[in-house]
Amino acid sequence: MSELKFTKDHEWVRLDGDVATVGITDHAQTALGDVVFVELPEVGREVAAGEACAVVESVKAASDIYAPISGRIVEVNGALGDNPGLVNASAFDQGWFFRIEPADPGELAGLMDEAGYAAYLETL
Amino acid sequence: MTDLKTTPLDALHRRLGARMVPFAGYAMPVQYQAGIMAEHAQCRTKAALFDVSHMGQGVLEGAGAAAALERLTPADIAGLKPNRQRYALLTAEDGGIRDDFMVANLGDRLFLVVNAACKDEDFAHIAAHLPADVRLTVWADRALIALQGPAAEGVMARLGPAAVLLPFMGVAEVTIAGIPCLVSRSGYTGEDGFEISVSADRAERLADTLLADPDVAPAGLGARDSLRLEAGLCLYGNDIDRTTSPVEAALAWTIGKRRRSEWNFPGAARIRSELEAGTSRLRVGILPEGRAPARAHTTIHAADGAPIGAITSGGFGPTLNAPVAMGYVRRDLAAEGTPVALAVRGRMLPARVAAMPFVPHRYKR
Repeated sequence: MSELKFTKDHEWVRLDGDVATVGITDHAQTALGDVVFVELPEVGREVAAGEACAVVESVKAASDIYAPISGRIVEVNGALGDNPGLVNASAFDQGWFFRIEPADPGELAGLMDEAGYAAYLETL
Repeated sequence: MTDLKTTPLDALHRRLGARMVPFAGYAMPVQYQAGIMAEHAQCRTKAALFDVSHMGQGVLEGAGAAAALERLTPADIAGLKPNRQRYALLTAEDGGIRDDFMVANLGDRLFLVVNAACKDEDFAHIAAHLPADVRLTVWADRALIALQGPAAEGVMARLGPAAVLLPFMGVAEVTIAGIPCLVSRSGYTGEDGFEISVSADRAERLADTLLADPDVAPAGLGARDSLRLEAGLCLYGNDIDRTTSPVEAALAWTIGKRRRSEWNFPGAARIRSELEAGTSRLRVGILPEGRAPARAHTTIHAADGAPIGAITSGGFGPTLNAPVAMGYVRRDLAAEGTPVALAVRGRMLPARVAAMPFVPHRYKR
């Protein structure tokens, strides 16, 4: 299992072989509060890095989730349909959103590592 | 949040780890550590404590106080019995709603509670319309604490037993844990409960005493909003405002019977014609199918695709475990059960017009 990478929009990405799994960070789920609904992208959709491709709704508000890297959506987390609270309870594991086949795995190098993200959070 | 005003319970909120947000010019707790879902459930199953000290409190004194207030509202104020409270609207000359408020008859004076965002304007408006023998005093040095939920009565039985004798919308001066308070049996959650006006310097001690009861936990503005939406209660600025009339808002029940023969309140011409001929739109409940919430400003469409109105409040109802909303629709499509569609992120989500409250009121009548 490779290391986690992070965006400034508080998504995490983890590349396992040819496929990258994407979710939101613990900081993001805490800030959102109780998640009540997640809208996921269609499998097969091509997304560009930074493109809004999912929506997470808390009791109070809706927020966009952005693709951290470019590529094709190959799988979405269907468990979030019945249990969106997994995003709160297990942000880095069972609360994942979707999986991307990266167009260019090199894009991951441009994202923050864990220490970089921790330092970024300090600036907020 | 440096320019924000704080309530007398500000230190308590920070001590309890609240997440503070700006609301109506105040730093207010949107939630505590438990989170909105848990705080909402706390209110429906036990008792929740809300700081609503940002709201405006004031008293009208003088022999002509009720008559003076009736010149600004369609409600029956003169007929309000001592120790009783009533929900009422301040109307504008064009029939729009300036604010909604609570008014209580304390025997020798009227006690008013108005919305935080409107309070300066409301009190200036009221003061400008008073005869010489009526005086308005704004209670700026008071806190307002709401204790809401099925366990609220038991809590009060232990700490301020005289309050338990109050029926829904009853008001009395009650001593709670040795602190003199003005208590009404009312709230904004659909549950039984109490709203407690207390001097600012004793508010934190009172809140701490209430919170020490094992049945009580704090709840923030987030839960307050989801609770009132499930209860079908209007939020001023969202569901009612200067552009909506009491009849359109389905609040014609706040117009006193006697007032419907006098027609001497602001906006009477429009309101009278709407009561007789109907309005072109009505406020209704909306239940979206599925789990996606439809937020305020979402367009509502008829089955044939024609736009027929907009959502004014929408979110997720934790007690229903489903999205809930209210909004205005064309009158011919306002009947309960009418299928509609909601334009959410470019898609049409099926929904239907539904009766409110979504969660039955449990007031102590």
